[in-house]
Amino acid sequence: MASRPDRADLGAALFVLGLGGLAVWQTIAIPASPIYAQVGPKLVPWLVAGFLLALGGALTAAALRGGWSHDLPEVAEAAPANWRALGLLLAGLAANLVLIVPFGFTIAATAQFVLVAAAFGSRAHLRNLGIAFAVSLGAYTLFVQLLGVNIGAGLVEGLLFGSPE
Amino acid sequence: MESIEGLALGFGHALTLQNLGWALLGCFLGTAIGVLPGIGPALTIALLLPITFSVSATGAFILFCGVFYGAMYGGSTTSILLNTPGESGSIITALEGAKMAKHGRAGPALATAAIGSFVAGTVGTLGIAFIGPLIVDLALQLGPAEYFALMVLCFVTVSAVLGGSALRGLTSLGLGLLLGLVGIDLQTGQPRLTFGVPELLDGVNVVLVAVALFAVGETLHLAWRHMEGKAEVRQVGSIMMSRSDVKRSFWPWIRGAGLGFPFGVLPAGGTEMPTMLSYYAEKKLASPEARKEFGTTGAIEGVAGPEAANNAAAAGILVPMLTLGLPTSATAAIMLSAFQSYGIQPGPLLFTTQAELVWTLIASLFIANVMLVVLNLPLVGLWARILKIPQPQLYAGILVFATIGTYGISNSVIDLVLLYVIGIIAMFMRRFDFPVAPVVIGMILGPMAEQAMRQALTISQGDWSTFVTRPASAVILALAVVALAGPRLYGAWVRRVAG
Repeated sequence: MASRPDRADLGAALFVLGLGGLAVWQTIAIPASPIYAQVGPKLVPWLVAGFLLALGGALTAAALRGGWSHDLPEVAEAAPANWRALGLLLAGLAANLVLIVPFGFTIAATAQFVLVAAAFGSRAHLRNLGIAFAVSLGAYTLFVQLLGVNIGAGLVEGLLFGSPE
Repeated sequence: MESIEGLALGFGHALTLQNLGWALLGCFLGTAIGVLPGIGPALTIALLLPITFSVSATGAFILFCGVFYGAMYGGSTTSILLNTPGESGSIITALEGAKMAKHGRAGPALATAAIGSFVAGTVGTLGIAFIGPLIVDLALQLGPAEYFALMVLCFVTVSAVLGGSALRGLTSLGLGLLLGLVGIDLQTGQPRLTFGVPELLDGVNVVLVAVALFAVGETLHLAWRHMEGKAEVRQVGSIMMSRSDVKRSFWPWIRGAGLGFPFGVLPAGGTEMPTMLSYYAEKKLASPEARKEFGTTGAIEGVAGPEAANNAAAAGILVPMLTLGLPTSATAAIMLSAFQSYGIQPGPLLFTTQAELVWTLIASLFIANVMLVVLNLPLVGLWARILKIPQPQLYAGILVFATIGTYGISNSVIDLVLLYVIGIIAMFMRRFDFPVAPVVIGMILGPMAEQAMRQALTISQGDWSTFVTRPASAVILALAVVALAGPRLYGAWVRRVAG
């Protein structure tokens, strides 16, 4: 039995406590109800906040007693962290976030696709660019034209289908 | 015979060209996503939810159920050919199936999995048709207090009984309940947990959370632990089963189906337990020569039984969803939210108010099963080819669809930020072994449980003892306590006896 506190697990436990704290803060902020109700709008949020705080406390205790994750075969056998892959993937998500409003879905999704594929070790960037453009535009057409879901028109979409207005 | 009449009505509607088309599309899509590692039925149905705006409820649910059943069939292909189970239900299949494939018997393994899935799917669907109405009759007697107790039981079993640790399962549930609280309180109109952000007044979207947990979080976790290298896809070969293969598979199919269905029906839900039990049962019951194949060259009984149990349990999960409105898996929870988006109240009244929809759906499940066997046996080569889509492009593509699913909700960048934040939380949940399914179930069932609790307390004029003085409610709550505390007490007792 390891009895040294596990710092990673402690972090996870403190995060749960933090969630509980967040719930308490937001529950206090709920305005008093003007309508009479046998059970007001605050009761269940209080229960959930208490539930999370109790679980966070129990997890903290478990982490201080040595934690749980080093016993898991998945964690013990896991490959070392690949920061390059994770970084590229996060860059892909960020690119999508920044590009989607000014340039529209197709361009944003294409940029994201190329970065994500690179994160998973693909080096054929130009070929990925082609696939990405075809997949994104195909998916856009499918959803917008067939299902009527608007997913953000922009430069490319405007040229092909005319402006949405 | 309510069921026979219902089925007659259902087949009448299900056999129209349009509904057959939805079933075929669902089966095809379901098998494909079941085969692909990284996408499951919960994510797929979440991404398909927008069709509820333009397609009739019947068509949409036939499609969703086709996806649900199809994913169960497709999952076994991945387990056998790639030795990486796509979902929890096919982990056991990979044990013997991958060994059979390694010894050149992938074809018979795939065949026994497909036929076993068909047998179990048919048994399970018969179970829905004949047990469903009985449960509905019982459920109609239940008041809000009993409903609340049932939901508590569901919470406990889904999060504390299944999975590695009750503490972590319950924490996931707590996160789901918290997400479910965001938005305007239905009874008093007060905004709750919105942080003053107007976009959050409508609540956190289910699709967004499902996509974050199953697509973004999963992909992030994979990248974090990514290693270069390619998995090897085994050759399929001939799918013909020999006479002895069929003989050895027959009883495992039947036993697996019989074992899986009750597990699916119980709020304990889940496919891990019945598949595991079936595996051990078959290993025990196998003839001495066959037992030698377990763990060495791969025993066909070890594929046939668990695969049947997996599919029967999946069918069983539809029983509490259709009769009680209680989802016991993430996929069922998302289907439940589809009912809500049609304004259909899921619950015991579904069988009377939406009889046509329910019976058409059940009839379509029979049809889907036939379609799936046909799609899976001769076309297995096609599915094996899907497995060859390289990982980088596969995950890049999944994230494109994740963006569509989320940005399509309201074209809001705030939704994308929320998607990524929850996705990063999900990545850490994977790392620290917190299950994700209870988040979805808590988020969808939480508000329903709150509603039931407040109704019960309004009826009892604020008297909390209503939950324990009504006998049915007291019994169900007692079961929940047993489910929560039982395993721990048993463990302590075993340790005392042993020590």
